[in-house]
Amino acid sequence: MDTGRIKLEEFRLVPEHDLESPAKRSDHDGIIKLISMDDIDMELDFIGFNISLVNAYRRIILAEVATMAIEKVYMYNNTSIVQDEVLAHRLGLVPLKVDPRFFEFRNKDEKEWGAQDSVKYELKVRCSKNPQASDKETNPDILYKDRKVLSSSLKWMPIGNQTDIFQESSMQPLHDDILLAKMNCGHLINLEAYAVKGIGSDHAKFQPGLSWYRMLPEIKLVREVEGEDALLLQKCFSPGVIDIITNSEGKNVANVNDARNDACSRNVFQYDNIKDSVKMTRKTDHVIFYVESHSALKSHEILDEAVSIMIGKCDLLLSEIEKHLEMDADT
Amino acid sequence: MGETVHGSLVPEWADLDPNVMSQPVKTIEDKWKLVPAFLRVKGLVKQHIDSFNYFINVDIKNIVRANSKVTSDVDPLFYVKYLDVRVGKPNIEEGMNISNDTAPHECRLRDITYSAPVMVDVEFMRGDHRIFRRDIPIGRMPIMLRSSNCVLSQCRSYAELAKYNECPHDPGGYFIIKGQEKVILIQEQLSKNRMIVEEDKKGSLTCQVTSSTHEKKSRTNVTMKNGKHYLKHNTLTDDVAVGIVFKAMGVASDQEIVQMIGTEDRIMTSFAASLEECARLNVYTQTQALKFIGNKVRQKRFFDRGPKKTPVDEARDLLATTILAHVPVEKFNFKMKSIYLALMVRRVIEAQGDTRAIDDRDYYGNKRLELAGSLISLLFEDLFKKFNSDLKKRADMVLGKKGKVSQFDTVHYMNSSQDSITNGLEVAISTGNWTIKRFKMERQGVTQVLARLSYISALGMMTRVNSQFEKTRKVSGPRSLQPSQWGMVCPSDTPEGESCGLVKNLALMTHITTEVDPEPIIELAFNCGVEDINLLSGEELSSRVVFLVFLNGNIIGVTRYHERVVRVFRAMRRNTVISGFVSIYTHYKHRCVYISSDGGRLCRPYIIVENCQPTVTEEHIKRLTRGLMSFDDFLHEGLVEYLDVNEENDSSIAMYEHEIERKTTHMEIEPFTILGVCAGLIPYPHHNQSPRNTYQCAMGKQAMGTIGYNQRNRIDTLLYNLVYPHKPLVKTRTIELINFEHLPAGHNAMVAVMSYSGYDIEDAIIINKSSLDRGYGRCLVYRNYKCSVKRYANQTSDRVQGPVMEVLEGGKQKVTWKHETLDSDGFAAVGTPVQPRQVLINKQMPTVTQLSFTNDQAQRQVSFRDTPVLHKGPGTTYVEKVMLSSDTDEFHLIKLLTRQTRRPEIGDKFSSRHGQKGVTGLIVQKEDLPFTDQGIYPDMIMNPHGFPSRMTVGKLLELLGSKSAALEGKYNYGTAFGGTPVKEIMEELVRHGYNYQGKDILYSGTTGEPLNAYIFFGPVYYQKLKHMVMDKMHARSRGPRAVLTRQPTEGRARDGGLRLGEMERDCLIGHGASMLLLERLMISSDAFDVDVCNSCGLLGYSGWCHYCRSSANVSSIRIPYACKLLFQELQSMNIVPRLRLENYCS
Repeated sequence: MDTGRIKLEEFRLVPEHDLESPAKRSDHDGIIKLISMDDIDMELDFIGFNISLVNAYRRIILAEVATMAIEKVYMYNNTSIVQDEVLAHRLGLVPLKVDPRFFEFRNKDEKEWGAQDSVKYELKVRCSKNPQASDKETNPDILYKDRKVLSSSLKWMPIGNQTDIFQESSMQPLHDDILLAKMNCGHLINLEAYAVKGIGSDHAKFQPGLSWYRMLPEIKLVREVEGEDALLLQKCFSPGVIDIITNSEGKNVANVNDARNDACSRNVFQYDNIKDSVKMTRKTDHVIFYVESHSALKSHEILDEAVSIMIGKCDLLLSEIEKHLEMDADT
Repeated sequence: MGETVHGSLVPEWADLDPNVMSQPVKTIEDKWKLVPAFLRVKGLVKQHIDSFNYFINVDIKNIVRANSKVTSDVDPLFYVKYLDVRVGKPNIEEGMNISNDTAPHECRLRDITYSAPVMVDVEFMRGDHRIFRRDIPIGRMPIMLRSSNCVLSQCRSYAELAKYNECPHDPGGYFIIKGQEKVILIQEQLSKNRMIVEEDKKGSLTCQVTSSTHEKKSRTNVTMKNGKHYLKHNTLTDDVAVGIVFKAMGVASDQEIVQMIGTEDRIMTSFAASLEECARLNVYTQTQALKFIGNKVRQKRFFDRGPKKTPVDEARDLLATTILAHVPVEKFNFKMKSIYLALMVRRVIEAQGDTRAIDDRDYYGNKRLELAGSLISLLFEDLFKKFNSDLKKRADMVLGKKGKVSQFDTVHYMNSSQDSITNGLEVAISTGNWTIKRFKMERQGVTQVLARLSYISALGMMTRVNSQFEKTRKVSGPRSLQPSQWGMVCPSDTPEGESCGLVKNLALMTHITTEVDPEPIIELAFNCGVEDINLLSGEELSSRVVFLVFLNGNIIGVTRYHERVVRVFRAMRRNTVISGFVSIYTHYKHRCVYISSDGGRLCRPYIIVENCQPTVTEEHIKRLTRGLMSFDDFLHEGLVEYLDVNEENDSSIAMYEHEIERKTTHMEIEPFTILGVCAGLIPYPHHNQSPRNTYQCAMGKQAMGTIGYNQRNRIDTLLYNLVYPHKPLVKTRTIELINFEHLPAGHNAMVAVMSYSGYDIEDAIIINKSSLDRGYGRCLVYRNYKCSVKRYANQTSDRVQGPVMEVLEGGKQKVTWKHETLDSDGFAAVGTPVQPRQVLINKQMPTVTQLSFTNDQAQRQVSFRDTPVLHKGPGTTYVEKVMLSSDTDEFHLIKLLTRQTRRPEIGDKFSSRHGQKGVTGLIVQKEDLPFTDQGIYPDMIMNPHGFPSRMTVGKLLELLGSKSAALEGKYNYGTAFGGTPVKEIMEELVRHGYNYQGKDILYSGTTGEPLNAYIFFGPVYYQKLKHMVMDKMHARSRGPRAVLTRQPTEGRARDGGLRLGEMERDCLIGHGASMLLLERLMISSDAFDVDVCNSCGLLGYSGWCHYCRSSANVSSIRIPYACKLLFQELQSMNIVPRLRLENYCS
């Protein structure tokens, strides 16, 4: 995409050839700004990069960054009403705190569960009468103990030398309040589960988090909008996007404050009287990139992993070229 | 508002209080709350239950009373008299005279019939003693679930129902026969005992009456032929001039006849010819007329018992009992009947040249619906009569014996012959063949197995109406939508194809009446100004000042003040002096007032409007919501009343408050109630093209989801469940009313309406693989395997054995692969995965089961052969549960439930709620799918080409509604003719920063660039349909062959071949692909080497011709086995096919 902007028209998006930008762009080629970051969320701006590069990172995060998830369940007893397959499926979707970087991918033909590639869990719950419950109690959640089987009941069982390397607190499920099953008095679940390292393209449970991006929205007021119309215009955009300021003539006019947070809902087109007053575009070379973690990896770690995967791919490509060149040299 | 303007303009309104008129009619908020109140009282299947209750509590007593006495021809002293009859509580007779109370679920599991004993009190003679006995069982009556005799009718709370393993949302209204749930479909037919004027095939006018009483059913016609009127009846060989019939009925003078028919000029001139006909045939007196008719009576061929009657007597009997059987004739007083006949003639004359006077057969006022109760009552009466006649035969036989050794024991006989009634009822309900001997009625397909595919399919079945009309006739009339169907029958819910328009479904608020005792109604009619017909001469009938008054098709009198009669009746009804289901209406064209109290009429409740104000006020609704009033209170207080189709068409019904005018009599409770259960699921159906709603009605029944709260306790032959069903984000009032929310069938899928990849043509859909990973569309398929362990006559019995071991090379033992699933008791263990063809129940059967007399103890050693129950069908399945029980014949019944969890795959069928079905075309990795600014990835992509031609605007609205509902965290309504307004939805979307049209900017998942178009994006409720690739996929290379022809077997179930049919064959011939043809039709099918003798041309055997007794000319050729078979079959019929071989090799 060599055009700098995409115009948001009423019924379609139109690429717009920006005359000034190519020259300008070369000036600040490839700026990356980290807007915000915590363990879960991360927002950063890629400015002046081609969209396909950013997309590549997005795709790698979704498909190739590895995490740990329960893959195999040995069901010894399950008298709850949740079917074995469904329970196993639910277990698989439980995010674990286990750091995948300490583990290897498990060999498909492997029979044994090794300390280097798998994590063992155990779930042993029996629902029983709560002796503390009063006679008049009718709420089954109080009447019975362990009525709700939560992810916290998954117990880590170290394999081999895992106790030396890991602490229990870092091996448990990420959230301890995920409902796995509900049971009635006398029901019993006894199972063993093994988590392995895997990637998102294999199963969604291995996805480390979500990632997506959007292009920077830009809003330009083509003409002055004042009074009632200005208020209407303000409403058509996300909060904080349009300001009402009093201009030099003392009129209340609309002014673009910050287009970055606009949801690009294009609701101006609802109103014929103001729809011609704005020009909405999105900057193609300014991409706002989001990572949202829902696994053991923190948001920046996910991106970190994605980048190293990318590097790995590049290295592979380079080494392939190298090899070819060497072969050419040899012959 | 509009009305006020009208009010001041229209002069008729002047007499009303201007203050009242100037006010717009206030809209009653939440008047839809009357609908749930109605359903709470009536329930969705109340019609079935009411009808059955009426039969079991009232009608059965009438039947027994009508047939209460059995006498013997042999012994004049002997008699049996039934004093009373009762139907008891459902129980199971376990043998040895032990009977236990039972609940429906036990019957379902144990494959027995949910039935209760029918008990009678009798008085009879044994010898010279008169004996009373109470509670003698005469048979067993299958009990409808939730009827008054069912244990479930006593349950007040969910917990009580749960104790019986019953789902609180299950509507009941069906029977359990041998473990199968059977529904007696509602049968639609023309109403009985009513005059219908029609034009027959030849274009002549006919007035037809189908009379029906408990004893007789007959059809009487009055037709017009060559300007003369004739009476036509199938007991008469020939049509009889109407004049003669009048004379035969004692109306001898022509003047009297004409007076009864009518003295208007037009009528008289038209009828004159018919009178002349009498004179022409020389019939003047009653005796002459009777003789004339008597000679035309069709001779009965069979049982010519009793003394032979003279033609006169026979004709008189016929006129009294058979012709117009429903008109009462007491002591051969034919007055009523002649008046009735006169009116028939009059109707024919009136219809001449006046097409408006011709009745419409398809009009719903002329239809009656027969329900379980009335159908069973017909059957029971027949069986009871047979029971009595058998009793009489038996008594005659025993009492007639010379020695008179023993006395006839009535009780013993009754006890031993219970089966005739029990089996009669059971067989009829389980096969659906309704055979009623006395009416010579034979009907197939009256009952059907209750479809438990989803909750909706079961509910839909309970409201189904089956028409008696033959499916093959190509007439559009009975199939097309009738305006009088409004509000009674769902306009959308009908199948496509051959039974289109013949199978219908009741609307949400429809009620079907049961019979109301006519006596008090007659009384009331006479008290409010109706003059008894018996007190009048004929002339008054056609007087211009009076209106005839009919009750259930019979004339009861005339009145001068028809308005008052109608007014009084309605007032009485509203004050619950008479039943709310009695309808009365004036027919101005006929100058008649019709009162109906018969059963089977369709009716529905309306709000009464008085003085331009609906009687129901907001205050009432408030009290209703607070639980201070129930729907019955509305009826009792005269705020709401039931109108049947005829009366509905005599009323002026406003749809909404603002439409109320001066002449308005009633107001709709809620317009969405014109739809039925299935159509009620569709959001915004009033925005859809009508056939789409019809398609959805058919598809909603195939959607997987939840069956009922007791689904995990059921062992059904096939049961589909969704693992994670959703409530729809856009719901309708109907959805809430029928509890679809609690038993849902579908998912709220995030849908992007765009094209993707080309695998989405022809309605195919693209699915996100990650969504599938997380459980979208995941379903459970339960299947049961059944077998019984029988005991045989020779003291042997079936047995179930543990697994068979095979010895490995090292001397170790291992369970054979087929038995790997088995526990040591011979049943597959709960939880084990079972591969196809592995054994579930390792049953063995003795090789000899017949009783042999030759040997004694020596042959105690019984040999067994394996008759295992195998897992058939595709894929691994898991054993869910194993049930051991015994059925009624004391055999051990084994049921095994297996379960499969399936994840959607390419080819599985999905559908939205708008008749938009599609198969999965492609499953796409999440990273390849487009995404929005918010990072939302679609679960499903639908091609926009599905919209323009289908015009399912409702789906667009549903998407918008769901989107706003999801953003707002609430549910939106898409109720028909109402629902959340689009404007509101749009405002909500805007409020959350979304485009008001629901269109978002999406980025391509593959290139990363934004898509050039805005994409309509949001959640839509999608159903997974039961058609899955796994159950249909089929391929074969080599496989089983049919024994007779040695050709590959047919069909997937038998692992059959794929047929190269004649049209495919034609193509290959056309191409000249002879080698391919040979390969397909012979080599890959049934090639067979035969030896042919070239000298005789017959088939030989291993190089030897048996006919020529030589091997000289025998050569081997390859022909299809079917061809060889043909030759041999021809030979067996004395035709010799000879083959002549030519040598092509040289």
